[in-house]
Amino acid sequence: MSAKFEADARVRVNCTVNGKRHTGYAEPRTQLCDFLRHELHLYGTHVGCEHGVCGACTITLDGRLARSCMTYAVQAEGAEIGTVEGLSEPGTLNPLQRAFSDHGALQCGFCTAGILISTTYFLADNPMPSEQEVREMLSGHLCRCTGYEGMVRAILSVAGGGS
Amino acid sequence: MKPASFAYIRPETQDEALSALAEHGDDALVLAGGLSLGAMLNMRLAFAETIIDINRIPALNRIERVDESLRTGAMVRQADALKSADVSEAAPLLRLGLQNVGHYQTRSRGTLGGSVAHADPSAEIPLCLATLDGVVELASQRGSRRVPAREFADTALSTIREPDEMVEALHWPIHTGAGVAFQEIAQRHGDFAIVAVAAVIRNETEFSLGFGGVEGVPRVLDGMVGGSVEETVGAFVDELDAMDDPRASAEYRIGVARHLGVQTLRQAQELAT
Amino acid sequence: MDGPGEPWVGQAVPRLEDAALLSGNARFIDDLAPVPGIRHVALLRSPYAHARISKVDITEAAALDGVYGVLTGAELVTELDPLASAVRAPVDYFPIASDKVRYVGEPVALVAAVDRYVAEDALERIVVDYEPLPAAVDPVAALEDSAGQVHERVGSNLVHHRTFRYGDPDRAFDEAAAIVSLDWRYPRQASTPIETYGAVAHYEEAPERYTIWSNFQGPFILQPLMARALRVPGNRLRLVAAPHSGGSFGIKQGLYPYLVLLAAASRMLGCPLKWIEDRSEHLMASSAASDRADSIEAAFDQEGTLTGLRYRNLVSVGAYIRAPEPASVYRMHAASNGCYRTRNIAVDNRLVLTNKTPIGLNRGYGGPQFFFGLERAMDKAARSLGVDPAELRRRNFIPANAFPYDAPAGALYDSGDYAKGLDLALELADYEALKARRDAARAAGKLFGIGFACGVEPSGSNMAYVTLAQTPEERAKTGGRSGGAAVATVALDPSGAATVTLDSTPAGQGHATAAAQIVADGLGMRPEEVQVVTTMDTQNGDWSLASGNYANRFSAIVVDAIVESTDRIAMKLKAVAADMLEVAPDDVELSGGRARIAGVPDDGIALARVAAATHWHPAGLPEGLSPGLREAATLSPDVLDAPDEQDRVASAVTFGYICDLAAVEVDPKTGRITVETYVSVHDVGRVLNPILVEGQVRGGFAHGFGAAVMEDLVYDSEGNFLSGSFADYACPTAADLPPVTVGHVETASPANALGSKGMGDGSSMLTPAVMANAVADALGRDDVELPLTLDRVWRLAREAS
Ligand code: FES
Ligand code: FES
Repeated sequence: MSAKFEADARVRVNCTVNGKRHTGYAEPRTQLCDFLRHELHLYGTHVGCEHGVCGACTITLDGRLARSCMTYAVQAEGAEIGTVEGLSEPGTLNPLQRAFSDHGALQCGFCTAGILISTTYFLADNPMPSEQEVREMLSGHLCRCTGYEGMVRAILSVAGGGS
Repeated sequence: MKPASFAYIRPETQDEALSALAEHGDDALVLAGGLSLGAMLNMRLAFAETIIDINRIPALNRIERVDESLRTGAMVRQADALKSADVSEAAPLLRLGLQNVGHYQTRSRGTLGGSVAHADPSAEIPLCLATLDGVVELASQRGSRRVPAREFADTALSTIREPDEMVEALHWPIHTGAGVAFQEIAQRHGDFAIVAVAAVIRNETEFSLGFGGVEGVPRVLDGMVGGSVEETVGAFVDELDAMDDPRASAEYRIGVARHLGVQTLRQAQELAT
Repeated sequence: MDGPGEPWVGQAVPRLEDAALLSGNARFIDDLAPVPGIRHVALLRSPYAHARISKVDITEAAALDGVYGVLTGAELVTELDPLASAVRAPVDYFPIASDKVRYVGEPVALVAAVDRYVAEDALERIVVDYEPLPAAVDPVAALEDSAGQVHERVGSNLVHHRTFRYGDPDRAFDEAAAIVSLDWRYPRQASTPIETYGAVAHYEEAPERYTIWSNFQGPFILQPLMARALRVPGNRLRLVAAPHSGGSFGIKQGLYPYLVLLAAASRMLGCPLKWIEDRSEHLMASSAASDRADSIEAAFDQEGTLTGLRYRNLVSVGAYIRAPEPASVYRMHAASNGCYRTRNIAVDNRLVLTNKTPIGLNRGYGGPQFFFGLERAMDKAARSLGVDPAELRRRNFIPANAFPYDAPAGALYDSGDYAKGLDLALELADYEALKARRDAARAAGKLFGIGFACGVEPSGSNMAYVTLAQTPEERAKTGGRSGGAAVATVALDPSGAATVTLDSTPAGQGHATAAAQIVADGLGMRPEEVQVVTTMDTQNGDWSLASGNYANRFSAIVVDAIVESTDRIAMKLKAVAADMLEVAPDDVELSGGRARIAGVPDDGIALARVAAATHWHPAGLPEGLSPGLREAATLSPDVLDAPDEQDRVASAVTFGYICDLAAVEVDPKTGRITVETYVSVHDVGRVLNPILVEGQVRGGFAHGFGAAVMEDLVYDSEGNFLSGSFADYACPTAADLPPVTVGHVETASPANALGSKGMGDGSSMLTPAVMANAVADALGRDDVELPLTLDRVWRLAREAS
């Protein structure tokens, strides 16, 4: 059966974020990034453009990468979502996060959440990427601080088994 | 940058989708991967009373061989098509084109059907489909019909799809030879192409050479292998009515279309032999 | 490190900021709801470059469910005074338009609603009647009588014109053996951080107070300006920095008019207001570096000595002069000689009003435009004089033994060894081999070119340099201006734990880490034990007019304030510990979290005990010591004096050095530039932390490369804005940037206790010139302008062949 919601409906949305069940309310037009941030209070996902270019808002949605600014919260009903908050246990950093710090892969950190999500997904897909492949993957994100060099090195260091 | 209000319908079968389209089609937009439509809704450049979300219709995700074609459901994700052995074997040109579509991240959710339905002049997928002389399969409660890809888009961002219809699948004429090539030029990696060129050689004798990003819709030159590539391509490109915008002038588009056209066709010919 | 050993300063200490940022726990302005009852703001913006507003009808918008209030520009402006600037001209600048709109994107009305979605719905229901007027778009055309008048009361669009002479430029040109000249257009560009502007403004009635949380980055010289616009004393306007800021590169300075707007609206609507700028708003109407029509002439003698320079700058400031503008035009002024010895300089600055977004701070701040002229001229001169461009520069460098160097227009260059930096660049690039490659490529019919640029990086600004926009007589009337103060506060609590509070409002540069390193060295601790507070609060913290995150101020001046306040705490700790240990204070050293007797293999006493004594037992302190441990050091470098009557000013405290070299191949068929080699050598003085320095160097290059090759805020001839999305305004991605070889030379700065120099602009100032020089060399033509897009380069290459 089709799900149907009126334009101004307040829709209850149930989803799993980083393995935890969450419920919140959204209108059909509510962007998923707004829902995650302002309804579920998961502020780790950032918003830099709301038109799909900067990649700051990138999350995983049912096993795919998604721009949460161009996905609507109602589309996430019953979905499994992954955000930066789920990458490591509280108080710890995973090897990729540590590599980002070691290699100067972040400055303001505003772009970082989306890049970590993309990279995690990418490395599962392609565990031994070339530098060119890493750069091409990263081209789906904009960072204005770093010049990307540290990110490339961080990702290659983890992909190569870590240094 | 928030979208205007819209009602939302999420059908779970193709029939439900078609009935929603029959009821709301005039004021509805179909939401596939959302990589183009989402941006336009957010920027309030597109409006709809109703959004019909076809992301949960399993039947639209299939890739299968039907007759002489590879049939890809409208919701086949670009990333999945890129990894599909069927696509590599039966539509190698599509594979080449897909490597240039957007970014790793956007291909994960972006779809083949969505790109064709959106009809961006620079988009690689409709360019490949037109070059291969493929077919767009449209469905509505009135029945389904097949439209040659070269006739599907009428101007930039506009197609002959009727309001109650949806793109159900794309048909890629099976082409197994090595004679395919794809080249494009964009200011940045992953940008929409300023000019994209796709070439396919059939039976070592015929070729099709498609140009994207030059006019509002893909333009395809069909010909016989053997003449002067420069002359054939040059004559065709000179007749194109190129777009002029802040990204590139019409002159540039024509100049580069000629250059890439020659290169791409040559490359396909070399690979075909 | 337990005992005194290698200092933390200089080491690659991992950034203290990173853990929160990497785990999604860092909080930015849009994450905050500092007060309850917040309403959300959207702004109606002008679709016209220039038009009279004849009517604004808000009835339907105000009636929409979920809308809390709608305010028109006319209503808001009556509650405000204009925002002043250093240019004396009848140009009233308000944060919102009332009678006339002057650029696409200028705010016209404000909606507050239950959320941003509804607020945007309401915008569509506001009806504005505009009578379009002819627009002034191009800076040269804007000077013609027939051009649209941006501010009628000025009488023309020329709003400022000053000329300057240092030495005897006319004689230099009369006697020159060769004169090289260039003129060019420079495009509008912006630094576009990934986080846009954002603020929460809250008005309280009794006692009256405005509080604004935001990602505003200073300079806080703008705080009194804002208070004046709101018609309240400064102590009624409290500005609080968000815990983290998602990049700025200067541009978040341009947020302040919006803060005034939101504050006034909060009072008028009676509720706290939140506004998060969206990307289209940011590109269209936040701020930009100026588009310019500039020219330069350079005079040389027989030996290739640069004997004189003449600059003529025509700067499109946009529709208003938004303070601290016209600072971008004067930032490089005192260093108009660049890296060179010439003493004869003439400068002609004209500012022209145009129907575009007002200009403001952006990375490089006047540097990219300045060096584009000077360094393009040097490369062109080298070709026409038949001297190698590296050699020509070497001949003209200020020699290493001439520092500190008093530059003709007043800058006091602290230290440098320019030739050494150039040598290193040549070595890293393998210049001889590169030239051979160029010969081979050219012989094979390819377009291969090499370009250079060298530059100084003024850091730690003198607040007074902007008053060069006034004549000496005008300056005398306004009263003196000088200095660039920094404040840092170091405190130890009773447990001996240290907290340092900064006034530098960082936006990703890692100030917290560097500050912790400095404090850790001074107090014998580990950096991660130091708590660093960067959420500057004008009510509850120490600050000065010069506070903020601009002009590479941190490692030029702020570090000195940290050192000073740390030293004072250390002295007090030593005095108290000496008393406890029964030795002289000079015999006490602080290390490993303890106060020890120097040279005695003993554990000494824990800092916690010493600190506790100052807090718990003031009566027991040695005579003359006050209770507690808290020291705020405020200092302003002596060198930053007021401009003199000859318009000379020491504009900055430290002058870093950058020498960049690029080799490119141009594909004439597509206009594609392939960077074969890029070398970038920096002198940042003493390196505080290589991770931070590397980050600034690479990031500055990325900005410079984007500016050189793709970034452009495009307006059509009617003033319509065509770059309103990140698809249109192209910033480079990881796949677009070429590899860069980075080198360092180090001349410690005598200007502060650590020897460090400011270094945040870096190659953002030079890469545009270097890339243009390389492309000019490849194509054999000098009319090369930016950005070097595919289309432009293709066109140039075609005409060249
Ligand atoms: S915020 Fe979603 S891609 Fe930029
Ligand atoms: S770290 Fe600031 S945008 Fe990437």
